[in-house]
Amino acid sequence: MPQVTLTVNGKTSTVDVEGRTLLVELLREKLRLTGTHVGCDTSQCGACVVHVDGESVKACTILALQANGSQVTTIEGLAKPDGTLHPMQEAFREYHALQCGFCTPGMVMSAIDLVQKHPDGMSEKEIREGLEGNLCRCTGYHNIVKAIAAAQDVMHGRAQTLAPAAE
Amino acid sequence: MYDFEYHKPGSLADAVKLLSADPDARPISGGQTLLPALKHRLNKPTSVVDLSGIAELRGIKREGNKLVIGALAKHVEVATSPEVKAAIPALAQMAGTIGDTQVRNRGTIGGSVANNDPAADYPSAVLGLNATIVTDKRRIAADDFFQGMFTTALEPGELLVAIEFPIPEKAGYAKMRNPASRYVMAGAFVAKTGGAVRVAINGAGPGVFRQADMEKALTANWSPDAVAGVTQPADGLNGDIHGSAEYRAHLVTVMAKRAIAAAG
Ligand SMILES: Cc1cc2nc3c(=O)[nH]c(=O)nc-3n(C[C@H](O)[C@H](O)[C@H](O)COP(=O)(O)OP(=O)(O)OC[C@H]3O[C@@H](n4cnc5c(N)ncnc54)[C@H](O)[C@@H]3O)c2cc1C
Ligand code: FES
Ligand code: FES
Repeated sequence: MPQVTLTVNGKTSTVDVEGRTLLVELLREKLRLTGTHVGCDTSQCGACVVHVDGESVKACTILALQANGSQVTTIEGLAKPDGTLHPMQEAFREYHALQCGFCTPGMVMSAIDLVQKHPDGMSEKEIREGLEGNLCRCTGYHNIVKAIAAAQDVMHGRAQTLAPAAE
Repeated sequence: MYDFEYHKPGSLADAVKLLSADPDARPISGGQTLLPALKHRLNKPTSVVDLSGIAELRGIKREGNKLVIGALAKHVEVATSPEVKAAIPALAQMAGTIGDTQVRNRGTIGGSVANNDPAADYPSAVLGLNATIVTDKRRIAADDFFQGMFTTALEPGELLVAIEFPIPEKAGYAKMRNPASRYVMAGAFVAKTGGAVRVAINGAGPGVFRQADMEKALTANWSPDAVAGVTQPADGLNGDIHGSAEYRAHLVTVMAKRAIAAAG
């Protein structure tokens, strides 16, 4: 059986896989990292987004073997060991950017990649366009966009703390 | 998904050997088309040959009055490449609107052009710019390459290596996206290269095609007004739940006008 060696959230593992095993299946079923979700079988919903070597990708549309040797970050890898949330996670909480939470891991992973790729900050329109690969059936996106706008200031060091959400 | 063997050759020669030894082996580049198709069991390869380790398929470079883009160039690389932005800004702009961020982080120009989805973006740039497709065996002119829905001149096992784009004086692209899938309903790529005008239409028909009446009108007068009066016949265009053939025919003229305005 083929083997894949990859580093997930800083921990290196070697796992037996089939040719057809998807990265998301390796993460969820072999490594039991079930924070990464599967919401469709058409590569359209983005619930499965993780970072592979720093790029956001749909973990349902990459073979585990294609990710051999790479560094993977999942939603479980964002908070500090003491439980302090990543500024993007904190912003999603503060801005009520989730309801059922199914899309949230993918949204957060996409949002972090988006913010990192735009060091000068993004307008509301750019945030909305940047989220084209992530679907949410609950929130209507409004609070997600607000959360990302607030988190980018913290991530880029333009604000020390997250601006509180308006009541 | 049915299971298959996975190979990752380190050279073009090894990839060609693997593919020619087994008629049911399939190459994979970004996997953004192949993996969704395999999940739906639309085909059943015995083995999948990952091209991502092949250096000969990489790179974006300017060679005289041509821009040469390796098959493995990802959409995000084409969208952000300083060489592409300087030589053919319309191509960089197009690449930046394919699918979504995650699709652009994996999908490649070679995979898209080899696949020839009628609703894909790149085929209209390849045809509109009169590009040459370089394979492991030969060079193919864009006019001979695209042969209708999901069909190209590539033979089984033949690999797309690079695409050579002549650098145009002017080029522009406009498309109407399906609001749900974001794929193209109708798009137009217009270019003037060495004085010659080409208009390539994607999304509207079963395959990308040239619009000869618009080419004639633009040769006489390069302006959005010149194509405003050219009607695209609805005969043979795609009609489905997303839009009738007549609607797509109408969009063709609107998109051509916008593409010329974008080209300047
Ligand atoms: C949600 C979503 C939205 C999308 N939206 C768009 C869009 O708006 N516009 C658009 O144009 N595309 C869109 N795509 C498709 C995307 O652009 C794909 O990346 C592209 O069509 C295929 O490139 P790939 O590298 O992923 O190819 P793969 O999936 O790896 O391969 C595609 C096909 O080409 C063959 N192949 C791959 N490389 C080569 C090669 N070098 N030589 C010969 N054959 C080869 C494979 O065997 C396969 O048959 C979308 C995809 C998804 C999942
Ligand atoms: S599970 Fe829907 S895009 Fe991956
Ligand atoms: S919060 Fe329910 S799908 Fe987004």
